[in-house]
Amino acid sequence: MLDVKEIRKTFNKGTINEKRALQGLSLHLNDGDFVTVIGGNGAGKSTMLNAIAGLWPVDSGSITIDGVDVTKQPEHKRAKYIGRVFQDPMMGTAANMQIEENLAIASRRGKIPGLAWSSKASQREKFREMVAELDLGLEDRLSSKVGLLSGGQRQAVTLLMATINKPKLLLLDEHTAALDPKTAAKVLELTERIVERDKLTTLMITHNMRDALRCGNRLIMLHNGQIIIDVAGEEKKNLDVPDLLKMFEKASGAEMANDRMLLG
Amino acid sequence: MSMSLLTSTLWQGLLWGILALGVFLTYRVLDVADLTVEGSYPLGAAVGVSYIAGGGSPVMAVVLAFLAGSVAGVVTGLLHTKLKIPALLAGILTMIGLYSINIRVMGDKSNVSILRMDTIYTFFENFGLGKNESILVCGLIFVVTLIVFLYWFFGTEIGAAIRATGCNKQMIRAQGVDTDITIILGLLISNGMVAMAGALIGQSQGFADVGMGTGTIVIGLASVIIGEVLFGTRNFMNWLLAVVGGSIVYRVVIAAVLKMGMNQNDMKLLTASIVVIALAMPLIKEKIKNAKGA
Repeated sequence: MLDVKEIRKTFNKGTINEKRALQGLSLHLNDGDFVTVIGGNGAGKSTMLNAIAGLWPVDSGSITIDGVDVTKQPEHKRAKYIGRVFQDPMMGTAANMQIEENLAIASRRGKIPGLAWSSKASQREKFREMVAELDLGLEDRLSSKVGLLSGGQRQAVTLLMATINKPKLLLLDEHTAALDPKTAAKVLELTERIVERDKLTTLMITHNMRDALRCGNRLIMLHNGQIIIDVAGEEKKNLDVPDLLKMFEKASGAEMANDRMLLG
Repeated sequence: MSMSLLTSTLWQGLLWGILALGVFLTYRVLDVADLTVEGSYPLGAAVGVSYIAGGGSPVMAVVLAFLAGSVAGVVTGLLHTKLKIPALLAGILTMIGLYSINIRVMGDKSNVSILRMDTIYTFFENFGLGKNESILVCGLIFVVTLIVFLYWFFGTEIGAAIRATGCNKQMIRAQGVDTDITIILGLLISNGMVAMAGALIGQSQGFADVGMGTGTIVIGLASVIIGEVLFGTRNFMNWLLAVVGGSIVYRVVIAAVLKMGMNQNDMKLLTASIVVIALAMPLIKEKIKNAKGA
């Protein structure tokens, strides 16, 4: 489904702030893979997701989604294949617009907008059902502005928007990190339910090692812009956090120095 | 206030309301302070009035003005999106460039006059209306038509994409919309309308002048803000009506202070002060609240 080959990206090239964020990273995802992504600060996790989403062109390498080479495509063209949820709950929704308007826009992801009325009455019932499934009591507030919702509610709506028309690839960039533990658990549970139901090919960055081990069928760890650990299936199921830390030290030759990850 | 002063204040509010709607589209919907209006407003007047002076139809003059303003908006849009020039500066550059263009449009003169020639308002005078009433009726027709159009357009898929662009570019790009296009489109419609206001106001006063654009952005902003404060922003239709309402209130205030003997030359200072106070209001309120809490 996703084929990332040897991608490289250096920020601020030739300056004192030069940062080699991705150093020949390759990754292949099969249809329906649910991959959790971990790694220390600056390991290149978000950079990898942003490269796949097309926020900027990579320096070299190629990215193929479902057989289509999207390496040269700008972000808005690739959006046809990709659903995204960001770390910042404010980022995935338009605050000044109604829940319904946000969902209507998301339901057309990747299509060129036309002159048809944006919020169609025919979609309203479907939206209401979908929002009801979030179990946040938002089903009777479809016409509320998204800006009035809590961070958790906004993130749940963003998740719904990202998955509303079954993307070929779902990118989750620490989408529960900014939420309180209870809400984070709820949004994560929701994520697993949707991914499971729609068999979505998913990349999920998390700083929580236990979540990374529990969710999905495969786990990768990034370090210095490369994948240093890649475990799947039974092997992944049998791992625990200390195992993972040992693997990291062996693979990278460094200590895991990310409190947030260890505490999670 | 005499009847004729009341009517003329009203029609001025309506015609400038079209400009205010244009400013509203950039300032509120797109979230860009677009200074192109200072050039596209006199551009609309120059194009419209020159066209009539050359024997053209007054209705066509308004259409041409809209098109000319649209082009000006597209230029600013291209400068901003494709050349990555900050929106404020992009608008200033277009505005300055338009100064020369406007003089060219008026046949290398700084103004052009159509006194005693037929204008779009003559049509209504033929029904026995006075000049002021004709402009009022005509202005009302334009404002109502534009509000209906804007309400429809910004409810469509394209319109929703433009509104989302002004609210959260990241989000709408992730939904597959090219924000360069939505920004350019927003600036196009906005400046088209501002130029249209220029053509209508130019016809009402019987001339166009290269200097008539100075301060239009501030007048537009004042109308938007006054309208929002007085008439609310509950939904998009309410917001559109509020902006026109704000424009009318602004004209009433101006007429009133002039009547009270204020020097005409102090008008711009007054307008700028109104906008400063309105923009500072949230901060002032916050300060007062904090002071009370302490």
